[in-house]
Amino acid sequence: MGKKVLIVDDEENIVISLEFLLTSSGYEAISARNGKEAYELLERHNPDLILLDIMLPDCTGFEICQHVRGNPKFEKIKIILLTARGMEKDIEKGIAIGADAYVVKPFSTKDLVKKINELLGGSNEIRQ
Amino acid sequence: MLKNWIILLVSFGYIGLLFAIAYYGDRRADQKKSIISNHYIYSLSLAVYCTAWTFYGSVGLAANSGLNFLPIYLGPTLTMALWFLVMRKIIRICKQHHITSIADFITSRYGKNPLMGGVVTIIAVIGIIPYIALQLKAISTNFMVISQYPDIISSTELILSHGYKSNRVFQDTPFFIALLLAAFTIIFGTRHIDTTERHEGLVAAIAFESIVKLAAFLAVGIFVTYGIYDGFGDLFEKAKKIPDVTKLLRIDSYNDWFWSIFVSMMAIMFLPRQFQLTVVENVNEAHLKKAAWLFPLYMLIINIFVIPIALGGLLHFPGGNVDADTFVLTLPMAEHQEALALFVFIGGMSAATGMVIVETIALSTMMCNDLVIPVLLKTGFMKIAYRADLRNMLLLIRRCCIIALLLGGYLYYHTIGEYFPLVSIGMMSFTAVAQFAPSILGGIFWKRGTLQGAMSGLVAGFIIWVYTLTIPSLAQSGVISQSFIENGLFGISFLRPFHLFGMEGMNNISHALFWSMLINISLYAGVSIFSRQSETVSIQAELFVDVFKSPPEFRKSNLLKREASVPDLQTLLVRFLGADNAQRILAKYAGKRGINLEDPLPADTDMVAYVEKHLAGTIGSASARAIVSSVTTEEVMSLEQMMTILDETQQVLAYSRELEQKSLELQKASEDLKNANERLKELDRLKDDFISTITHELRTPLTSIRSFSEILHDSPKVDEKQRQKFLGIIIQESQRLTRLINQILDLHKLESKNLTLDFSKINIAAIIRESLEVLDQLIRKRNIKLIFDLQEKVNPVRGDHDYLMQVMLNLFANAIKYSKPEGGDLMIRLRERKMKIWIDVIDNGVGISGDDQHIIFEKFRQAKNMAGGRPQGSGLGLPITRRIIELHGGRIRVKSRPGAGSTFTFYLPVEKAKEIN
Repeated sequence: MGKKVLIVDDEENIVISLEFLLTSSGYEAISARNGKEAYELLERHNPDLILLDIMLPDCTGFEICQHVRGNPKFEKIKIILLTARGMEKDIEKGIAIGADAYVVKPFSTKDLVKKINELLGGSNEIRQ
Repeated sequence: MLKNWIILLVSFGYIGLLFAIAYYGDRRADQKKSIISNHYIYSLSLAVYCTAWTFYGSVGLAANSGLNFLPIYLGPTLTMALWFLVMRKIIRICKQHHITSIADFITSRYGKNPLMGGVVTIIAVIGIIPYIALQLKAISTNFMVISQYPDIISSTELILSHGYKSNRVFQDTPFFIALLLAAFTIIFGTRHIDTTERHEGLVAAIAFESIVKLAAFLAVGIFVTYGIYDGFGDLFEKAKKIPDVTKLLRIDSYNDWFWSIFVSMMAIMFLPRQFQLTVVENVNEAHLKKAAWLFPLYMLIINIFVIPIALGGLLHFPGGNVDADTFVLTLPMAEHQEALALFVFIGGMSAATGMVIVETIALSTMMCNDLVIPVLLKTGFMKIAYRADLRNMLLLIRRCCIIALLLGGYLYYHTIGEYFPLVSIGMMSFTAVAQFAPSILGGIFWKRGTLQGAMSGLVAGFIIWVYTLTIPSLAQSGVISQSFIENGLFGISFLRPFHLFGMEGMNNISHALFWSMLINISLYAGVSIFSRQSETVSIQAELFVDVFKSPPEFRKSNLLKREASVPDLQTLLVRFLGADNAQRILAKYAGKRGINLEDPLPADTDMVAYVEKHLAGTIGSASARAIVSSVTTEEVMSLEQMMTILDETQQVLAYSRELEQKSLELQKASEDLKNANERLKELDRLKDDFISTITHELRTPLTSIRSFSEILHDSPKVDEKQRQKFLGIIIQESQRLTRLINQILDLHKLESKNLTLDFSKINIAAIIRESLEVLDQLIRKRNIKLIFDLQEKVNPVRGDHDYLMQVMLNLFANAIKYSKPEGGDLMIRLRERKMKIWIDVIDNGVGISGDDQHIIFEKFRQAKNMAGGRPQGSGLGLPITRRIIELHGGRIRVKSRPGAGSTFTFYLPVEKAKEIN
């Protein structure tokens, strides 16, 4: 059973592409379109990694990140912030509140998958 | 009867004592330990006002006409109220300008015109000579009385029985007294080589004399009241028997009282001797304060026994065969109190000599400075302009003047004075002196007073004085025909000297005063108003009137540009003041200004003024001006030049005001800049947000495009169906990107100020139809039901076809996009109301929440809470729509409820009717 990755993004097409990439790499992908859905899936699935967009309709990715880091139950979850806002201060802020990586859209699919693999301890290799 | 030698011995002894005091006073002054710098000595020296007229004449007047002796003491007492206002100002002016006489004061005020100085001096001399004669008469009469009593008890008797009115002047007592007094005055007043310095010893001696005359008068008063009679009660009781005594305690004419008080008010200020002691000899302005009550107190005390002595005399010598002016002496003599009589004689002599000395010193200074020197300078007589040291000559001139004055007094006494009582002679002098009042008082309070005004007032007043007092006195003494008085000049009754223009009901003095003052004041004010003030006069006027305002350093007279060589100025100073003084004065100036006198530079205006000021102290301001002018190149500023300087001053002032204004403006500008900066910062933040948002909006579709491209490129596992889907997404996102870029450009264009719309007459209904045709495919696909509610025949609007088309497309597309997936309606309504075309675009879609309704027209702000995730759109459609509508002069708003659809309503103004046709 592959590790579970939660995708949080409000862009339908981006979610589709990420789901395809993750599934192809042997991960289980679940997705949320907004903060509310994200919290539900978080509770229900306790994923290993979250691909987190910052600009969400009902909240920001920073808030979700802080929520996860503030809860010991989610301590092992890795977080990759995924955003189209490529500003320095955003990256700094993201790392400061406990994100493990920060990826700027549009991203290289190979690099993204590689980063996920690194964070999740080379699960990809196991499968291959 | 006292032996002559005793009287002479005591007299000379007393005079010796006075010299001792004067010598001591001068010594102390040299040691800088002034004894006269003292309230009491200053006040006592002012009592020089009380002369032989007071000492002998008051009793005489009281015996003849009762209380009429009082006004001349009431006047000065009243003046004390104005003392601080007037005299302090005069003192300050004199100190600043080194003014040493009343003639100098007036001359200086009216532009240092030598003629003015001459006129004032002549008036003063002619006016005062009777007064000097009065003192001579008093001393000689009383000398006769005390030495020959009881053989001689009245002055008339003296003349008739002893033939003193002889031609043998060298046997004439008054003549010798005049000479003695002249010698006395010369020794007192002109001992010092330095003519400018104060006469400190003299002032001390005068103060001492004031004590002696007061003591002597009180002594005789006490003797009469308590020695001959048993006090005031007894004396007044007995006096009731004197016939007509009660009339003595009545005031006959309040009119005459008024004029007597008025004239003595002027006299206390402007008599040359009072001016000398009050102003010139003043050491400290503060002394004025105490003198203002000490001096009236002195006058009060000296007048206490006037009535008792008068009554005592009338009781003692019934029948009027004793001259009442001699009562103070004859009463003690009659009682064989010879020592007291001698003391009283000394007191009377004190009163007379004090007056004569100070008056002649003051007058001789004026005569020398304002009469003799100007004439000598003018005529070149005695080569005064070329002499090396003029000090001895100055002293000589002054001594001659003193002798001339006393001889003048003697002559007056000899020809006229013998026939008049002391008091009326004194009043004549007072009236003459009062002529100075308008020029002086006007001069220090009214800047407008001109030389012409002062001159005409003075001359006219003086002429009236001569006509109404001097000439009649000549007539009364038999020098000219008496008919002049009775019938007037040339027999014209309107010109009768005691009744000018038929004026009746005044005594001679009041009458003369009334007319002279009326004419004097009128001419002074009138001529001043109608004559132009020369620059020099207006400068002086300013300096005098504003003496308390301008600091002494600030000299407007510097506006007169004058230059001279330093050696020339030095020579002048040496000639008039001596080498030592010249050296001292120049060194002081050099020290103060930090200049080196050895430098071959010319002396500037300031230094010339400084030297002139010091010369003025010795020879008067008019002469000093004339003498200094002989070595200076003088450039009197023309009115234009003065105006230029004033203009420059004005400009500087204006400039400084401007600077002040500028500084305010700068402050405001800085405030504005601060605000602008804030706005810029805000705009910068908005711009950052905008860039950040645009970046986000551009990157989002790009992310999908890149991801799917890479997937398609890298992943072999993608099946055909997925491939089609992914390619479809790539195309869709590319279109989105293109649309976004177009919209950003549109918005940029719409927001730029240079945008020009291509206006034409637009039929809105046609535009609606065209737009729907474009969207036809989408409508069919979404199965949207169109509902129209279009008013027919609406006016066209003035608008840009393409942009209005864009508005319709945006609104319709939005309505379709957010419509219900099933059974979506789009209703379009068109109305014309109040010259506006109203369009409603109504859908029955998801609706917009209240919060979102406010933001959807802002850039990149899309409604968030929509079912089914975020709809496609750039967030720029509605901002562009709103912008276009506003550019057409319209407005757009939205009404909506979540789940119940939205209504976008906007209007466009109708094109004006005349333009339609």
